[in-house]
Amino acid sequence: MFRPHPLGAGETQILSRCCVSQVALKPAQNAAQPVARRQLSDATIVRLFILPTIILLILMNIFPLIYSLFISFTEYSVISDVPPVWVGLQNYQRILSDPTFWHSFAVTGRFALLSVALQTVVGFGLALLLRSKFTGSGLITTLILVPMMLSPIVVATFWKLIFNPSYGILNPLLGFTNINTSPEWLGDPNLALWAIVIVDVWMWSPFVMLLCLAGLSAIPDYLYEAASIDRANWWFQFRRITLPQVMPLLLIAVLFRTIEAFKQFDLVMGLTGGGPGDVTETVSVQLYQLAFQGQFNTGMSSALAYIVLVVIIAISNLYIRALNRARGG
Amino acid sequence: MKKFSLLLALMAVLALMTGVSVRAQDVTELTIWWAEWDPANYLDQLVDDYTAETGITVNVVQTPWGSYFDRVAAEWAAQGTAFDMVVGDSQWIGQAVTQGHYIDLTEFMNSNGITETVTPATLQYYGEYPAGSGSYYAYPTEGDANGWAYRKDLFENADEMAAFEAAYGYPLAVPTTWAQLRDIAEFFTREDEGLYGVGIYTQIDYDAITMGFQNVFFSYGGDWYDETFNALGVANTPDTVAALELYRELYNFAPPGTNNAFFAEMNDLFINGQAAMIMNYFAFFPALANPSINPFSEQTGYFSMPEGPTGLRYAALGGQGTSVNNYISDERKQASLDFLLWFAQEDVQLKWAQLGGYTCNIAVLESDEFLAVAPFNAAFAETMTFVKDFSNIPEFGTLLEIVQRNLHAYVVGGEGDAAATMDAIAAEMDGVLVEAGYISE
Repeated sequence: MFRPHPLGAGETQILSRCCVSQVALKPAQNAAQPVARRQLSDATIVRLFILPTIILLILMNIFPLIYSLFISFTEYSVISDVPPVWVGLQNYQRILSDPTFWHSFAVTGRFALLSVALQTVVGFGLALLLRSKFTGSGLITTLILVPMMLSPIVVATFWKLIFNPSYGILNPLLGFTNINTSPEWLGDPNLALWAIVIVDVWMWSPFVMLLCLAGLSAIPDYLYEAASIDRANWWFQFRRITLPQVMPLLLIAVLFRTIEAFKQFDLVMGLTGGGPGDVTETVSVQLYQLAFQGQFNTGMSSALAYIVLVVIIAISNLYIRALNRARGG
Repeated sequence: MKKFSLLLALMAVLALMTGVSVRAQDVTELTIWWAEWDPANYLDQLVDDYTAETGITVNVVQTPWGSYFDRVAAEWAAQGTAFDMVVGDSQWIGQAVTQGHYIDLTEFMNSNGITETVTPATLQYYGEYPAGSGSYYAYPTEGDANGWAYRKDLFENADEMAAFEAAYGYPLAVPTTWAQLRDIAEFFTREDEGLYGVGIYTQIDYDAITMGFQNVFFSYGGDWYDETFNALGVANTPDTVAALELYRELYNFAPPGTNNAFFAEMNDLFINGQAAMIMNYFAFFPALANPSINPFSEQTGYFSMPEGPTGLRYAALGGQGTSVNNYISDERKQASLDFLLWFAQEDVQLKWAQLGGYTCNIAVLESDEFLAVAPFNAAFAETMTFVKDFSNIPEFGTLLEIVQRNLHAYVVGGEGDAAATMDAIAAEMDGVLVEAGYISE
């Protein structure tokens, strides 16, 4: 551990003399400096460095955030030359009393639950498998990480081909060789959401795996050694050592994935477009339709965006509390 | 203070001089915005002639279809002058006119006789707003509508013809009614051979399934709402329910996996030999006539939409009209009108058609030269006399979303039945129209 080296008495004297002499020299040096430079204090220089970032933050984040909050209380279309008309809570009332919005929230919740749960299981499982080093484990880990590096639209496009009942590879792999009885993954209301979940799990389980691997590698070996000496079985070690030690990182992974799942848009648009009907219409897809796609209902879509924001903040808070408990316990 | 006054005076003089120079300056270039596709490339070639004649450069700026409306809408919102003319979708016109983005072309088109040169349907749907008002805001530029491509080698095969006649009691030929089209689709659906009867639009994203269904819907006497904007009892009639049932049946004769299909998928199905017939916009048929793309190009025939049970015949309209930006200067507006006047000439329209553009000019459409340019031009010329569009009121986006969602749920998802679907569409549309103030509750 780093400890500061205590100064000896002699060193203190030298330092004192040096500083005193510097202070004594200061007025003469200042007089020699140009006037403009002397006026820039350290605080001013700091402010000057920070100012562009602050301005950028205000222009790109704070102002749009506050302005969109204002817009959410108005009737307004961004493509109209009519200024926003204040309607109070009307947009929020309409959204919360419209069954189609509740339906899209339910779809989003179902998707998030299924997808994040499976990603956690698969990601954690992969991490346990790749925990011990073996020949080629580095290469395998890298290959497993490839899906999350791809563009979601690219992923959706080729999974669409994989799911295709006429020539897709998935159905034959699952044993469905008769095209007439093969499941139509993206066209069947009972399968469409599962199809998106499968793709999301394929794409993002590596992310969970990566965080879990980091957590697993930080567990000291002596804990397992001590447990083995005490004849603790595998399940006991997993439950009492592995899981609690990985839990903080696992919860962070789950938090990130839940937030992303609630914002799910690109995979849905690329795979099903929200269909069949509105079976896979997530809140983000509905938000997109409301905000663009010929409707340009900016006021209402801003209100919906704020509702989504509140939901995500609420869920994040629950996770963070759980995270703090996991860390504390 | 004296220096400041002098500076102000100098700035005022400079501003005046600049203003004078702009007013005196002739327009040397014009900008047209259009979506990124082949017709825009053809227009880009055509305008070289205008440049040669007048010295005015015309820039055709293309934006991918997916973001085209967003880009134009953003420019409208900013009252921008990035374009002088825009080739806008037929559905935009209500919004653009009511919000003042397009200039009124009525006087210009009437006084120059342009209204007489284009087919009435294209003038109505691409140029007129409100419907029947006689007020025009766009010159019909790229006519387009749905038609059909079919495999002549299958239709003209002696064995197939005999088998069809034995099964259905009438000869196999290009269908003239929707009922015949359904029979032919059923006949050619042979799952074990990987051959299916039809390819139809099913995409949910924007307007595809609605456009595909409208071909049947309108021909069965359907309308989304009447002249008083009443949708209840208009969109959901026994005839429109029958139309939807037929469209659902056709989906059963389409290749598996076409649950979210639009123009690209239609051409793919045909080129892959999976479908005996496909519906598509005429603008996408040139690929099927190209032997390097379509192995069946020599055996590909084209036909217009069949008629409904009462003889009504409609094709869902695509295509666009050219409008002039209301926010540009008067000089630029005049220069844009001069360009439109040139573009509307018959010889220019003929060249436009020869390049591959789908003219709306009556004389050109009827000319032998046009009919000979491409194998599908005869079907196109016929189709342009019976086209019909979806709503073009400013609320069209909201109405469209209702139709898309409900149609897709029934046709692709198999949810509910046709009657319940049409009832739901009518009820939801009614809610939007009431809220928008078109009808009282």
